[in-house]
Amino acid sequence: MAKQYNAGVKEYRQTYWEPQYAPKDTDFLACFKITPQPGMTREECAAAVAAESSTGTWTTVWTDLLTDLDYYKGRAYAIEDVPGDDTCFYAFIAYPIDLFEEGSVVNVLTSLVGNVFGFKAIRALRLEDVRFPRAYVMTCGGPPNGIQLERDKLNKYGRALLGCTIKPKLGLSAKNYGRAVYECLRGGLDFTKDDENVNSQPFLRWRDRFEFVMEAIDKAEAETGERKGHYLNVTAPTPEEMYKRAEFAKEIGAPIIMHDFFTAGFCANTGLANWCRENGMLLHIHRAMHAVVDRNRHHGIHFRVLTKCLRLSGGDHLHAGTVVGKLEGDREATLGWIDLMRERYIRENRSRGLFFDQDYGAMPGLFPVASGGIHVWHIPALVGIFGDDSVMQFGGGTLGHPWGNAAGASANRVALEACTEARNQGRDLEKEGKDILAAAARTSPELKMAMETWKEIKFEFDTVDTLDVVHD
Amino acid sequence: MIEMKDYHSSLSDPSSRKFETFSYLPEMDNTRIRQQVAYIVAKEWNPAIEHSEPENAFDHYWYMWKLPMFGETNIERILAEAEACHIAHPRHHVRLVGYDNAKQSQGTAFVIYRGPVTA
Repeated sequence: MAKQYNAGVKEYRQTYWEPQYAPKDTDFLACFKITPQPGMTREECAAAVAAESSTGTWTTVWTDLLTDLDYYKGRAYAIEDVPGDDTCFYAFIAYPIDLFEEGSVVNVLTSLVGNVFGFKAIRALRLEDVRFPRAYVMTCGGPPNGIQLERDKLNKYGRALLGCTIKPKLGLSAKNYGRAVYECLRGGLDFTKDDENVNSQPFLRWRDRFEFVMEAIDKAEAETGERKGHYLNVTAPTPEEMYKRAEFAKEIGAPIIMHDFFTAGFCANTGLANWCRENGMLLHIHRAMHAVVDRNRHHGIHFRVLTKCLRLSGGDHLHAGTVVGKLEGDREATLGWIDLMRERYIRENRSRGLFFDQDYGAMPGLFPVASGGIHVWHIPALVGIFGDDSVMQFGGGTLGHPWGNAAGASANRVALEACTEARNQGRDLEKEGKDILAAAARTSPELKMAMETWKEIKFEFDTVDTLDVVHD
Repeated sequence: MIEMKDYHSSLSDPSSRKFETFSYLPEMDNTRIRQQVAYIVAKEWNPAIEHSEPENAFDHYWYMWKLPMFGETNIERILAEAEACHIAHPRHHVRLVGYDNAKQSQGTAFVIYRGPVTA
């Protein structure tokens, strides 16, 4: 029998709380951490989040009866305690795949983290994880090249890749900038990188930078006999300008460009990733602004969700923190999201903050980038944490070498190769790291000097965004 | 004041040319080569030998020495093939590849015999 229309406000839980619901393989699943307002039950809060992030609004409307809401609505289907924190709880919500436009991370986020985040009935809300169904993953372009194709193009196997962000962040002229790039690359790095805020300022217009940098790459390749690249930042005020810069990078033969996916947005990023796939261009992704939304434990979006969104939107590299450097990043949580970047199928693992199995099907993986306050002394730990399929980026740790960038680059390359060789020999890098580096420094004065320069620097602060675990 | 040191490399000096993984470390002796072969075997990768004139080392494709040694786990046999290639091409770089068929790529690749540098 057809339903009848009764105007008025109903409790959300009557429609959107279904603890008996068995999620389908094609459903989107989301885990929210909800901090309720006083007096709100968990079920009502969870149902409200399900409603407001899918089909519902605050009151019954007659047009609800023109559709099959049971087919289209999101449902809260489970609630769990947050270990060690009784101010909040986890709510699990399932959404039918039809709610989301194919291949649109934009549309997914507009629903899942849209108006609902300002909803008065909850004090704070955090999207902890999302399971993208494989059927939806298949509609997304993903990384334009992926780890294996990038390795094949660049002819680099069996070790991590090395990069360096050119400093000072702002202020260099195009020609001096190219000089800094050339010195790093000839010393043994695989990549150099535009800093994220280098776009096209009056003192360093993009076209001039691209041309000088390309000459630096060409000369360093001829000199070292190895393949090199520089992440030319094409992040721009408009998509038209972004594509113009990307086209020029291709025209001069650059192998890789760069984009800031979060400040520029997923629409621009997905378009650029598609362009890269069509034009054989590698795409490095920076994550400026991420900490604004992912650092607070009770409100925002966890970085693992942003990681999944970026992999679907498209990128070949993504910054992942370092665990050991100057930027935030809990070790187990970091291992969780680097798996989300690289692996084909990632199982639920609460000890790494992974709430769902995630199946990426045939979608290629991307390189996690370890960057931020790291130097030669960190390399043994980085090889242990990140393994070979990663890019290690030393900015100050290359440019700050007393003998200059080429020596700094060479020191990092020697240290990386020594640690990689030792790991292959079965040695314990975390225990023997110091001996391994010291032995390598005997034939590399550049490494010896780097070790003397940075031996005292440490970054020991507690991580703010830790995983939720019961504390003794 | 720290004494400055020049980083030497140039277009005109062929010894500036590198060849990827482990080429910034001293040339491998037999013990070190054996350890890396053992690593490839332990990873269940398929060992293969390739060689190239040093001046053409930038190319993606080097000369294959026979076919990859599919399923070979005997370290002595792998080392013997590498040495045979080196003896046949003493002026070439000889590299050892570990093909990772699960990733459809190379798990590792590095030069174990370095061709002499000539100007």
